[in-house]
Amino acid sequence: MNAPTDVRVDVEALAKRFDDVAAVEDVSFAVAQGEIFGLVGPDGAGKTTVMRMLAGVMRPDSGHIVVDKIDVVADPERAKRHLSYMPQRFGLYEDLTVDENIRFYADLFEIPRGLRDERVGPLLAASNMGAFRRRLAGQLSGGMKQKLGLICALVHTPKILLLDEPTTGVDPVSRRDFWRILYSLREGGVTIVISTAYLDEAERCTRLALLHHGRLRYCDTPRRLKERMPGALLAIASAEARAVRDSVAGLEGVKGVLLVGDGVRVVVDDDARRAPELRRALEAAGISFASIARAEPTVEDLFVGLLREGPAS
Amino acid sequence: MRSRRLQAVAVKEVLQIWRDPISLMIALLMPFMQMILLGYGVSLDVKHLPICVFDREASQNSQALLKRFQASEYFSIVAGFDNYRDVTRALDRGLCRLVVVVPTDFTERLTDTGRSAVQALVDATDDNTANIAIGYAQAVVTGFSSTVLIEASALAGSTVAVLQPIAAQSRVWFNEDLESRNFIIPGVVALVMALVGAQLTSLTISREWERGTMELLVSTPVTPMELMLGKLLPYFAIGLLDAVFCLAFAVFWFDVPFRGTLMTLFFTTSLFLTVVLGIGYLISTGIRRQVGAAQIGLLVTLLPTTLLSGFAFPIDQMPPAVQAVTYIVFARYYVTILKAVFLKGSGILDLTAPILAMIIYAGIIAFLAARAFRKRLD
Ligand SMILES: Nc1ncnc2c1ncn2[C@@H]1O[C@H](COP(=O)(O)OP(=O)(O)OP(=O)(O)O)[C@@H](O)[C@H]1O
Ligand SMILES: [Mg+2]
Repeated sequence: MNAPTDVRVDVEALAKRFDDVAAVEDVSFAVAQGEIFGLVGPDGAGKTTVMRMLAGVMRPDSGHIVVDKIDVVADPERAKRHLSYMPQRFGLYEDLTVDENIRFYADLFEIPRGLRDERVGPLLAASNMGAFRRRLAGQLSGGMKQKLGLICALVHTPKILLLDEPTTGVDPVSRRDFWRILYSLREGGVTIVISTAYLDEAERCTRLALLHHGRLRYCDTPRRLKERMPGALLAIASAEARAVRDSVAGLEGVKGVLLVGDGVRVVVDDDARRAPELRRALEAAGISFASIARAEPTVEDLFVGLLREGPAS
Repeated sequence: MRSRRLQAVAVKEVLQIWRDPISLMIALLMPFMQMILLGYGVSLDVKHLPICVFDREASQNSQALLKRFQASEYFSIVAGFDNYRDVTRALDRGLCRLVVVVPTDFTERLTDTGRSAVQALVDATDDNTANIAIGYAQAVVTGFSSTVLIEASALAGSTVAVLQPIAAQSRVWFNEDLESRNFIIPGVVALVMALVGAQLTSLTISREWERGTMELLVSTPVTPMELMLGKLLPYFAIGLLDAVFCLAFAVFWFDVPFRGTLMTLFFTTSLFLTVVLGIGYLISTGIRRQVGAAQIGLLVTLLPTTLLSGFAFPIDQMPPAVQAVTYIVFARYYVTILKAVFLKGSGILDLTAPILAMIIYAGIIAFLAARAFRKRLD
């Protein structure tokens, strides 16, 4: 793991328990300025809990968090002035309009009115929201709600942006708007920590932390993570994906099978040797398929490959 | 503490109240409904009480006296008897609550000695009504006897000052016409404040938890103090507005006398609102579900205000143990103050004891409320 030079978020040995659940255990990572740092992991992995502790709204049981040189655990209120947190659940007021929500958050951060309007105008334009300023937030689409959340998070030009699954349930067009804004923020030197359930988004991150059962299992760039994936990936295109999965799952050398839109992805120890074997097995079972080919692993495949490899927990 | 943030919270809260039909209804309609309901519904007055008469003299004088009873709006004569056995039966069977018995020597004694007596038999199962009935009966008799004397002295050509032959034995102070409405309405102000204050504020924090807005709110630099004051200020204003409304309604609609000063009313109402809003806020910080918070809110404010504040049920008629409990019911002090301000015209200096009690109460609640909210999710 390469150590970032200009560290903006530094997490060390973070831990948090809820009764009998260890939600986060011994998590450490560091994020440099201008990074888009991704937190990924299955449901209940501990992403939200990490985000909350970074934002200073939840106290860790142990461990250290330094954000922008401020000790978040010791002085969360000071840290809050420099960071912005967008919770997983929509946190704005549905009975206030777009403008009223923005004004409220700008006032809480004591942004002068003129400056606020100067900043908000371009943000509304970039997110195609200009026409909805007087609409109640509760009447916006899911995508627009999230964009409004982002705009509110940006009115005080934070140096650190914490986004917890900001694009879950968001339409593709709004997601594209969303990421365009994130890229331009990154160019402006903002450090972003984002958790996501979409692994195509994870691939856009500069680095990824893979959480599983509260533990950080891997942390590296998406490309290097994929290189570390054991074995190789085969994509089988078929209309009978389930039948394909069931017939190849138990075969020798097959380490994991994942259903995708147009077929299945199979993690194997050696693609050159296993591809013909799979082909023969499917033909013998009478299952029709269009092709079997070696595929570049996506982050989604990393779950299948990497998490399976790790120590059972 | 920053006024900009406080103001932002207050404006946000006002917008939310304004757009929430239920909050608006509680804030604006509730006082009106309470006033109507309690002003008309709960009446401890004795009006048109059924009475019976037993005229043993059957003279012009005795008939004139009984006519007075009939003419009075307090009584209705439902039957006349000519023996005591029927009289007792009528009382036992609940035909009437009071029987007026005019003795055979009524006129004779009146003209001879200038004094006479009538007998009143009262069904005293309802203590309160019985007392009031006796009071009214005395008033009727007193009125009658002074007429008799004035007539007699006029006949005699006398200019001597008239002495009442039958002096009224009791006089009801401050509430001369014994309108129980006058006694109740001032207390309704306390009821309205408790209802509106507790209902609305008990929701303000739990609403943020329930709707998921709290997580974002606590990630901003807003301080607990700014949040509390910003949230309570609008409700404080609503409370005062409702108080003004109640006052106007009481004076102009129900003709309740208001003898005190607006200043005293404003000062004590502010104290009471501080307590009620503080309690609502405390509940709201402790309970993250709106329904639960609203119920607890009603339980700790409205219930004691209704039952134990002396608003309708006089404290000195309660059992001693219950009387002791009323000292911790903060509404008790406010109701005492309200009645004194309305009916006696008492000023702040006359009311130092209950005001002091309320200041102590308000201080404790404010202290607790200011520390109740933690900007944390766990
Ligand atoms: N406030 C809480 N009280 C009790 N348990 C909690 C609390 N918050 C989280 N947990 C538990 O801690 C674990 C981690 O939860 P967390 O919400 O951080 O996961 P996540 O990765 O964000 O999941 P998701 O993808 O569903 O959002 C889960 O087992 C969850 O049930
Ligand atoms: Mg989560």
